[in-house]
Amino acid sequence: MPDTLPAPALPIGHYGYDQVDRAFLADRVEQFRDQVARRIAGTLSEDEFKPLRLMNGLYLQLHAYMLRIAVPYGVLDSRQLRELAHIARTYDRDYGHFTTRQNLQFNWIRLEDTPDILARLADVDMHAIQTSGNCIRNVTCDQFAGAAQDELVDPRVHAEILRQWSTLHPEFTFLPRKFKIAISGSPNDRVAARFHDIGLVAKPAPDGGTQFDVFVGGGMGRTPIVGVHLRDDLPEEDLLAYLEAMVRVYNEYGRRDNIYKARIKILVQALGTEGYRQKVDAEFAAMNRARYRLPPETVAAIRARFGTPDLHAPDDAAAQLDRARRADPVFDRWVRTNTHPHRAPGYISAVISLKPAGGIPGDATSAQMDLVADLADRHAFGEIRVTHMQNLVLGHVRQDELHVVWQALRGAGLASANIGLIGDIIACPGLDYCALANARSIPIAQKLGARFASPELQETIGPIEIKISGCINACGHHHAGHIGILGVDKKGEEYFQLTLGGSPGSDASVGQILGPALPEDATVDAIARLVDAYLVHRAGGERFLDTYRRLGAALFKDAVYATA
Amino acid sequence: MPLLENGRLVPDPWTTLDQDAFLPAAGPVIVPLSRLEEGLARPPGEQLGVALPPDAEIATLRTVLPRLSLVAVTFPIFRDGRAFSQARALREHLHFAGEIRATGKPLPDQYEFLLRCGVSTVALPAGSDPQVWARAHTRFRTAYQPSVRGERAEGATLRRVL
Repeated sequence: MPDTLPAPALPIGHYGYDQVDRAFLADRVEQFRDQVARRIAGTLSEDEFKPLRLMNGLYLQLHAYMLRIAVPYGVLDSRQLRELAHIARTYDRDYGHFTTRQNLQFNWIRLEDTPDILARLADVDMHAIQTSGNCIRNVTCDQFAGAAQDELVDPRVHAEILRQWSTLHPEFTFLPRKFKIAISGSPNDRVAARFHDIGLVAKPAPDGGTQFDVFVGGGMGRTPIVGVHLRDDLPEEDLLAYLEAMVRVYNEYGRRDNIYKARIKILVQALGTEGYRQKVDAEFAAMNRARYRLPPETVAAIRARFGTPDLHAPDDAAAQLDRARRADPVFDRWVRTNTHPHRAPGYISAVISLKPAGGIPGDATSAQMDLVADLADRHAFGEIRVTHMQNLVLGHVRQDELHVVWQALRGAGLASANIGLIGDIIACPGLDYCALANARSIPIAQKLGARFASPELQETIGPIEIKISGCINACGHHHAGHIGILGVDKKGEEYFQLTLGGSPGSDASVGQILGPALPEDATVDAIARLVDAYLVHRAGGERFLDTYRRLGAALFKDAVYATA
Repeated sequence: MPLLENGRLVPDPWTTLDQDAFLPAAGPVIVPLSRLEEGLARPPGEQLGVALPPDAEIATLRTVLPRLSLVAVTFPIFRDGRAFSQARALREHLHFAGEIRATGKPLPDQYEFLLRCGVSTVALPAGSDPQVWARAHTRFRTAYQPSVRGERAEGATLRRVL
């Protein structure tokens, strides 16, 4: 290409690759093509191949290979989403599944197709690196980053810095266990920072720069723990050096004898917060700080590869939205439940629910992906965000265009007005797909969705988070659900254990087990009784979680088990 | 056991002693950490190496390091990545300039990581194809973070030119 052509516009909301990044990814695809060829030829055994395919996000599940594609900090551009739709149509069964880690999974992939799929992804600057394995996984981020009214610092540039730093990190790719980092720039935690191996909250520093609150050792799984606060004043220039020290201490001292005790949360509990902090501080003091310093010029160079939206709404954008809401109560309800306040006048963020009543949480068809990509191009600067609640977001929509967006979504079955409500259920893939599961999560989610399908009823019940995991590994985040549902196996039968009082946010807490597990056909009715009990006892506008915290478990226990 | 340096097979002048083997008075030998005192008791001019288990604290070598020409780190299984941190601590905290040898069962796909953590030679596991290791040596031209090798940064970016 001659040098005289204008540079293509940078993508809005995420880092734009250049030739060096593309060459790196191409090398990586060729490496994997070579590995797959060796596997198919039989010179690599499945044992030898397994770690290599896992490094490229390729799992062998119950029925087929599953390919998990990284969506760094949950931000896609329309070109990328269209490519995902194309892959779903060509190589899978015409749909994809958005995950709680803001990634996308394809569930029906053939091994021999994977090098071509990875090459197609590389064409749009995407990959599946480190979506599996005992390494630093995709860094997750606030779905309203760069748009939210309550945000103090847009954390995506730092999320990108962490993505680059952790990519094929020479020291931290064979950790005791997987490692998940989340970053937010808002005091209202929407990333579950306290449930991650490391949670970071960016905020303005006294000198006008950026500094970070650091949480460590949170997690779910078999041992749910709310992370501890390590420090509140980490300067930007020490971000990488300090994380190097934190992860190095884990690499050296984390347990490797028992997979269930290998996460950093177990190490932090064993050493105590102070013991862990001392080791990190000693490492930090001993390391070559100049080498690992993150200079402002590097932050600026990476920031310069981000496109930024040119936000100019007409003066009467808000008034137009008001008029449209008054004219259409169904639209009005959707705006109430599915939008988030934007920092710029005349703009708003819109959440596209992937939780239709009776549907599979997080699934989207190729046609739906194409439609969302088109809407993003027309109304949201070509930018789409994936949320850890398994929905999509158009971050920057002009308020006067919101009604048009909603109409298009409604035509595609994408306008369920249930964000943050009882229909907005997180569910892991469960025994329908997963080799680890004990029970099927999806049918419970579908039945609950159908039971509470009425938007009026959902709004009456108000904010409530139901989260379903098909096994103790807790991929459905049941520990952090206001109502958590855990699938267990009782002598070959699927049972479901309820936990109450979990919360992922700034008021993080782990849900408590309510009582004996219930058979599948009793679970949905039990939850309906729980909700009824809440509606009877709630005071004022309090959420389900607040009522539970105020009154305790007893009345809910009665509601669930009295008639059982 | 074939020895790899810079992606090529090289002769190995070292003898690795196990727990019970006779310690010769002369010649380059690698002793287990538990026999380090014995090794150090040999005449000062004789080349000495030590083989570390993955749970050894690098800081304990601080005072003896000037007497050592080689430190072997080990991967009991490839997934046990503690040796990466040991190698890096040797280079970065203790400024060890001698040979760091990777032993055990590393994968060729880990070769670049080994080098970037400060490992200089790899004792190839039984059944390894040196050509696969050689290919791994030249596969990537870019990395995204600083390492002990102090590669040149590409402008103001995080990227390093390998």
